[in-house]
Formats: sequence, C-alpha cells, structure tokens
Amino acid sequence: MISYAKAHLKVRSGAHIGTKTSISSIMGKVMLALTPATIFGLFCFGWSAIFLFIVTLTSALFFEAVCLKLAGRPVKSTLLDGSALLTAWLLAMTLPPYAPWWIGVVGSGFAIILGKQVYGGLGQNLFNPAMLARVALLISFPIEMTTWANVSPLFFPHSPDIMESWRITFAGILPSDGMTGATTLGYIKTEFSQHRLLTDILQDYSSVANFFGWTRGSLGETSTILLAGGGLWLIRQKIISWHIPVSLLGTVFLLSSVFHLMDANHYVSPFLHLNSGAMFCVAFFIATDYVTSPNTPTGQLVFGAGCGLLIFVIRTWGAYPEGAGFAVLLMNSVTPVCDYYIKPRIYGRDRQGKPLEINK
Amino acid sequence: MYVLYAIISLTSLGLLLGLLLGIAAKYLKVESSPIVDELESLLPGSQCGQCGFPGCRPAAEALAEGKASPTLCPPGGAVLVEQIAMLLGVDVDLSTVTEPELLVARVSEDTCTGCTRCFKVCPTDAIVGAPKQIHVVVADACIACKKCIDVCPTECLQMHPAEVTLRNWRWAKPKPVFTVESDALC
Amino acid sequence: MLRNLFSKPRLRGGVHAEERKSATESSPVITHFPLPKKLYIPLQQHVGKPAEPMIKVGDTVLKGQLLAYSQGMISAPVHAPSSGLIVDVNDYPAPHPSALPIRTIVLETDGKEEWLTVPVADDPFQLPPEEISLRVGAAGIVGLGGATFPTAVKLNMGRENHVQTLIINGAECEPYLTCDDRLMQERAADIIDGVRLMLHGMGTDYAVVAIEDNKTQAYTAMYTAALPYAQIEVIQIPTRYPMGWDRQLIRYVTGKEIPVGARSSELGVTIHNVGTAYATHKAIRYGQPLVNRIVTVSGGAVGQPMNVEVPLGTLMSELFEFCKVDTNKTARIIMGGPMMGEALPHSVLPVVKGTSGVLALTQEELRDKQEQPCIRCASCVTVCPAGLRPLDMANNIRINQLDTAVDLGLKDCISCGCCSYICPSNIPLVQYFKYASGEVMARQQAQHKSEQTKRLMESRNARMERIARQQAEEERERLAAKAERERRLAEEAKTEAEAVEEVS
Repeated sequence: MISYAKAHLKVRSGAHIGTKTSISSIMGKVMLALTPATIFGLFCFGWSAIFLFIVTLTSALFFEAVCLKLAGRPVKSTLLDGSALLTAWLLAMTLPPYAPWWIGVVGSGFAIILGKQVYGGLGQNLFNPAMLARVALLISFPIEMTTWANVSPLFFPHSPDIMESWRITFAGILPSDGMTGATTLGYIKTEFSQHRLLTDILQDYSSVANFFGWTRGSLGETSTILLAGGGLWLIRQKIISWHIPVSLLGTVFLLSSVFHLMDANHYVSPFLHLNSGAMFCVAFFIATDYVTSPNTPTGQLVFGAGCGLLIFVIRTWGAYPEGAGFAVLLMNSVTPVCDYYIKPRIYGRDRQGKPLEINK
Repeated sequence: MYVLYAIISLTSLGLLLGLLLGIAAKYLKVESSPIVDELESLLPGSQCGQCGFPGCRPAAEALAEGKASPTLCPPGGAVLVEQIAMLLGVDVDLSTVTEPELLVARVSEDTCTGCTRCFKVCPTDAIVGAPKQIHVVVADACIACKKCIDVCPTECLQMHPAEVTLRNWRWAKPKPVFTVESDALC
Repeated sequence: MLRNLFSKPRLRGGVHAEERKSATESSPVITHFPLPKKLYIPLQQHVGKPAEPMIKVGDTVLKGQLLAYSQGMISAPVHAPSSGLIVDVNDYPAPHPSALPIRTIVLETDGKEEWLTVPVADDPFQLPPEEISLRVGAAGIVGLGGATFPTAVKLNMGRENHVQTLIINGAECEPYLTCDDRLMQERAADIIDGVRLMLHGMGTDYAVVAIEDNKTQAYTAMYTAALPYAQIEVIQIPTRYPMGWDRQLIRYVTGKEIPVGARSSELGVTIHNVGTAYATHKAIRYGQPLVNRIVTVSGGAVGQPMNVEVPLGTLMSELFEFCKVDTNKTARIIMGGPMMGEALPHSVLPVVKGTSGVLALTQEELRDKQEQPCIRCASCVTVCPAGLRPLDMANNIRINQLDTAVDLGLKDCISCGCCSYICPSNIPLVQYFKYASGEVMARQQAQHKSEQTKRLMESRNARMERIARQQAEEERERLAAKAERERRLAEEAKTEAEAVEEVS
C-alpha cells in the first residue's frame, strides 16, 4: 500500500461555505432597530433616563463577565456576541425613567444571572430574561416601578437639569410634584374603578401624542411609530419573521374590537390598545426572542395569539394595567409544548411520521 | 379565626391526598420485568472479568443490588454506562469513563510455535490452528479478553487496535463549544 | 404539465447560496488536457459491490477495454481510460476524506490513445429496450451527478415499473460547479439523443429536462435541440439550492411526493443527470464506455479556473498543476461542490466517475469559524428541504441522546448542508448528523458482535460439555471394561485353582 503522506490539509465535513451572519451581527441589527426609539426616549426623559440606561447596560456586562469567569468560559468572546447587552437594553426600555440606579442593577442581575446564566448560558434559558427581570422588579418594588415621569425633554426649560437628574437616579430624590403621573392605561384602570365612563376618561387623551411618543411611559416604549418602524425593518432584514407580531397584534385587535363593540363605555377601543409603543416593543422585539419562542411558523402563530390573548385579559380584567411581561412569561412556559406538538412534516412521511402510502 | 380554618382545611386536604397516593402506590403498582435480566442483556456477555466479577450475570446481580457502580464495565464505554444508569434510575458522572479502544489480538507469525495453548482458552473460538501449525486470530470474533495472551509461552500474541478501513471509517463528534477549563471556580 | 398557482407550494426550504460560477461558466470546456503518464483507477467508483479485475500486471490494454467486471445485481464495470500497460493492481489512497486504501488499477499510458473497436448498432431505436440497458451497463455508466448509482439498474427499474415520466436533471445547484452547464451549452444535441435513447430503453414516451433559470444559455441550447422531438420538454426551474435533490425536483415538476423507503420508479418517475444522458449517447452510438468526464476546477486558489475533460484516473494534483493552483493559498481541497462535497487531505488522489468538480478554496471563501452556542433561531428549520428540525437533532446528539435524534428523523437527513450554511452560530450541523449516523451504525454493529459473541461462547461451552461428557463416557466404559477383565481373570484363576484341587 503506497501512501503519499505529504502536506495534509485538515479535513472538515458539512457545508464548507456559509452566510456571513453571526450572533453578533443579529444582535447588532436588533440594537440598531431599537436605536431610534431609544434615542427618542432618552431625549424625552432627560438625564435621569440616560444615567439609568448606562447603569443598566454596564451592570449587565459586569454580571455576565462574573458568571462567565465562574463557569470557566471565555469571557471576552462571549461578551462580544452582544446578547447580554441586548437583554439589558430591552430591560432598560421597559423601566420607568426616574427609577433609581439600583433598580437597573438589580434588574440586570436578575436578568443575566437568574434569567440566563444559571440555565447554562446563551440559548438555554426557558424564560425571556428581560421580562423575567421586569416582572420580578414590578412585584418586588411596585412604587418605584410605577412612578411615571412627565415628558421633560433634554435641555428644555422646565426639565430637571443634570444635577437634579443625578439626584433622581442616584440619590432617589424624586423631583417636586407635577413631574410624575400615571400612564394612559394606568389612568384608565384607576378611573374605571371609580366607575367613570370611558368617554369621560379619555377627554385628555391624545392619540397623536401617543403615536409619536410624546407621553408618559417607560424609558423607551413611548413611541409607537419608531418601534413599529424598527420592527418592520427587522422583518425586512429577515431577522424575525412576521408570524409572532401579526398574530399578537391581530389577537389584541380582534378581542378588543369584539368587546369594544359590545360595550364602548367600559372596554378600551382596539386603536387605543395598539397605539402604544409598549405593545409594539413587545410584539416585535420581546416576544420574538429566538430562544424562548417556538421554532415553527405555526407554533409562532399560536405563541403570538396566546400572548395577545393574555395581554388583553390582563389589561382588561387584571390588576396590572400593563400585562405584557406576564403574558410573555406565561407563553414562554408553553413554548416547549408548542415545539413538541407542532412540527414540520418530513418529506415522504405523513404528519404522524409514518411513510406515505403509494396510491397507484 | 380564619387562620384556624385555613390550617385545618389545608392539613386535612394534605392528609387525604397523601392517603390516596399511598393507596395508589399499593394497588396500582406497575409490575416490571426482573431488572437483573435486563441488565444482563445490556452487558457485552464476553465474561472477560474486567469488572472484577466472575462474569456478566454476577455483575448484573451486583448492579441490581446497588453493590456496583454503572461505570463497572470498561468494554461497554460511555454508552453502556448511560444505559445502565437510565435503567437503574441513578445519576452517573460520565467524565471518568473513557471510550474503550477496539483491540484485537494478533499472532506474530515469526514467533508462533504451534503449541495450541491459546485456542484452548479462547472463549469464542476466535483462534484457528492445529498442533505445530501457525495459529491465526479471526478478528471478527475476537473480544479482547486477553486470555490467550496470558497463556502464550513465546509472547507472540499481541493486542493491536482494530484496523480502520474505508468501510468502518466514521466522522468524529464535533469538539464541544466550551471545554471545562481547569480554572473554573464552580 | 399543469402547474397551478393555487396548489400547495412544491418547493420547501433551501438557501440562495452565492453562485460563484462566473469564473467558469462562460469559457468552453478544455479538451486538450495533456494525457497523464499514469492513471489510477479505483475498482469501486459506484454504489454497490466493487468491480472484480480481470487483467493482471503486465497486460497491455486498449482504450475502452474492460478492466474489471461488475459483481452482483448492483455494480458497474471499469474500463481503461487510455491505452497502455497495467503496472499495478494494489491498494492506493481513495478520493475520500480519510484517504484510506482502496483497490486500484494503475495504468501506464503509452500515448497512442488507441480505442478498442466495438460494433455499434446502426439504428439503436430498432434494438429491444432491454438491449439498451445491457449496453449502458456494459459501458460502466453510473449517475454522473455524483450519486454514482448504476444507470442500467435504474433503467431496468424504470422499464419494469412502466414509468411515464423521465426527468433529466440539469439543475446543477451547487455553487462553483458549471460542468453540466457547459455540457448543455456545447453538446445539447448529443444530450437530447441520449435522452431519446433512455426513453427507448425504458419504454417511456415523455421526458422533461429541468434547467435552473440562472443558466439561460444552456436553456436556449437545450430547448433548440429538443424542438424536433415532441416528447421531450425543456423547462426552467427556480434557482435555489438544493433544487437538484431528486425528490424535491420530482415534486416540483410532477407534484408527486415520494414516500420514505419507496423509489421514484414506483410512482412512475425516473430521474437521470444530463451527464449520464450524454454518456449514454456516447455508449450506444459510438460504443464508447465511460472513460472520461468533464470536471470543473474552480476556487479562489485556482490560477486558471476552467471546465476540463479528463480521463478517469487522472490525479487531481496533475489537474491542479494544469490549472495553476496556488498550493500556499489552498486552505481546503473539495471533491464536488462546497455544500455537499467531501474535503480531501491532499490532491494526490484520482478523479473518479462521480467527480463533478475539484475545488481549491482559500481561507476567505471557507467558513471555518469557532462553533458558538445554539441561539435557537430556527433558521435551520426554515431552510431544511426535508422538513427536519436540525437544531433539536444536533442538541440531542451533543448530549449523547442519539436515540432521540433518530426519532426526530436523523435517518431522513440528506446531508444537503443548508442548515450548516445558514447557521449564525457556525455549528457544523451536518457533521453532527454524519457522526450520529456513524455512531448509531457502530452501536448496531457492536450489538451484533455481542450477540455473536454470546452465540460463539454458548456453542463453545456446548462443545466443551459434549467433549467432557464423551470423555466421562469413555472413562466409564474403560473402567467397566477393566472391571470386566479383572472379574474374568479372577474367575479363570478360581476355576484353575478348583481344577488343581480336584487333581490333588
């Protein structure tokens, strides 16, 4: 047997070529899609929002680095994949702008450590880390998490200046009265409990303001148009597919239409439901998280519909005005079931997995 | 007052459910086949003795009684450890298990004297030969129990790795994403 | 054929891989490749049993002469690619990732290229259909798209099952490869003739030639060549890897889905590659067996990428020299296309019947980055043409749950590589599946071996017991005989003593 053992090349299998897409490029594109809404939100709510945002992101990177070191995994390359940064970004988007700095730190810690790393790192978690952290914060610190700032844009005359903003974020001293209030949905809920009718409650409601984002709300979730635009761009870039957003928004629209038509005075109209940045943020950015949503298009439709149903139910009859976090977490727990039962049909087999019959 | 009602109702509910579970455990028990037979069918059956027991059946009995660990059989490799662990319902640490190297005995024809001692002890009749004739090992039947090597007077029997041919060459498992590094703190 | 817009989609999954065909698709096939001094012809270049040599070292052979005959139902013969002297029949490295030995005939060419004269039929369409298959089989023709299944066997199956449609696969969906494209552009009339011969050989009266729509000139050439023949239709199909996968192509063209475990002929369809049709034409019209083929040599490290017609058995190193390949820039040598082709450890390996292309890729063209964790993006599920869930299968294989992976459909994977291509985490999914299939087979073999061991040991124990019983039996008989003898001696002694007493 003759052997020609000269310079041997490494032999690898499988496809030898591939797309240029990587985890960091995907995370990067999602962050790019979030940027317009984030910048707008940071502008609307001023320095406190900026401080909170920076604190949340840096503490997420810190916790991730610590966990990676403890686990003996490469720190630098894993941090560079951008997943921790994105989780913290999404969490920060949902926080109240005047929340103290430790809310950001505790939230990041919860999201990264208990929401992702204890499960085994990227790709192994069952629940959406950002929503896990938000819900934990909401239940543990209800006051801080429901104090919503007025729109006090950066450099505007009546907005808190940088020193006052520093005090708000790092010393927990909220500004004088008149700078905070309730969100639209929160206001509606409290007024319903006073047995006022919807038409009265909505006298001060401006749909245009809500559409563009000039209203009280979370740090980055006020602007419907900017978030919807970012989300549609993500679909066009094929980062996410249309199934979850369409089914989520469609279900909310459908259910709220049905109830609104039945009793317009006690059920919020579908347009008001959809005219909120938070709704679009959840639909395009949070519910579409790869790790915690189903793998098949049909499964994603079911997931989105379930989220929409739960959001509507919690908003209408639940104690919390904004139910997206809980809805997403509940549907995350259903994702493995969706994946188990809803699977693609293998070529040459029927839905049960048996080979097809030949009909002559 | 309410607290008392709550304590009483929950306690009695717990007791009732516990009673129901106990009854179910007794009367709805599932009969399973004797575990020793199943364990024995998993083991290779070559009676090589590397586990320290005199054969595969005694090893299966020891496993069933919990006197032996699922990692007892070197020729079985990680696959066997997992199967045994799954059957017995125990946890097992796979890091200590190494894949067995597929060895076969081979007669070195220069030094074989034809003494016939080896084929008399081969448990699978893998050695073919006759007195004063050079013996040869049928590689397919050799189970690498090494009994022949013990008795060969001229040490012409050696263990060699089984030959890899185009027929049995396989792709290796891709390397793991993260290797557990020694400086991991937990 | 009606292709209703509203019927259910007949194209699933697949990726739009970068074509990278521009370097070789516009130049004609080079036919003046210098004849190599030595040709290395493996005895197995096809699916089935290897061919058995019927020549020996020292024989002189003519071009096209039979070197090894086929063995068994599924096999193919091997012929001399040139005239010359047989110098060795031995084990040489195979064109395989392991380069392990395979039985090879080494032919030293004499430069004369003398063909063996073979009688040909004047009008092959007068021959009985079985005769076409026989001649195709005798010519050693196998599926030249890369599958290398013996064509004669397929033609026979087609005839026996009375197939109604013959599909000719001109898809060539793999990036870089353009050998079928150039063949269709330059020798369309010969291919169509081959198609007609195949139709005659199967007794079928309808053929469809399917060409991907990125090959417009090939389509025009084939369409023009097929115009006189009403039974041959030439159509364009969407360009999408893996359009050339036979089951996908059959479903797209005819709407029929082939069940798992069934053959396409059972559904009335057979599929052959354009190169195979061309080889059929050469075999039936000119009596020329399969001794050469067109190979695409391309890639970033190739100085002069081209399609070149070479004799089988040419060493790829000689091919690389001819095409001015820069070995320093070559990061990987691939036989076939970059999606499903096999990487080779070096180039001193022969071109065989299934070698549609040899690529020398640079590091930039490859995808060789470190594997990262799976982010469950499910892009692999979207692109899998077979409808599998690669992420679930790979995640189970990683933790050694091979049985779960098999239940998920591992055996239905065609290793097309779409999932590996699209994965953003660079997970070598196809390698996981190939590893798992190999491991499952090895475990089955180990199982058989342990059952065989048990049987061997039982029969040995039974034999030992039998011998022991026989020995015990003999021992008893011996003792009994001894006792008998002693008793008689004692009796004789007694009678003697009595007789002596009487006398005294």
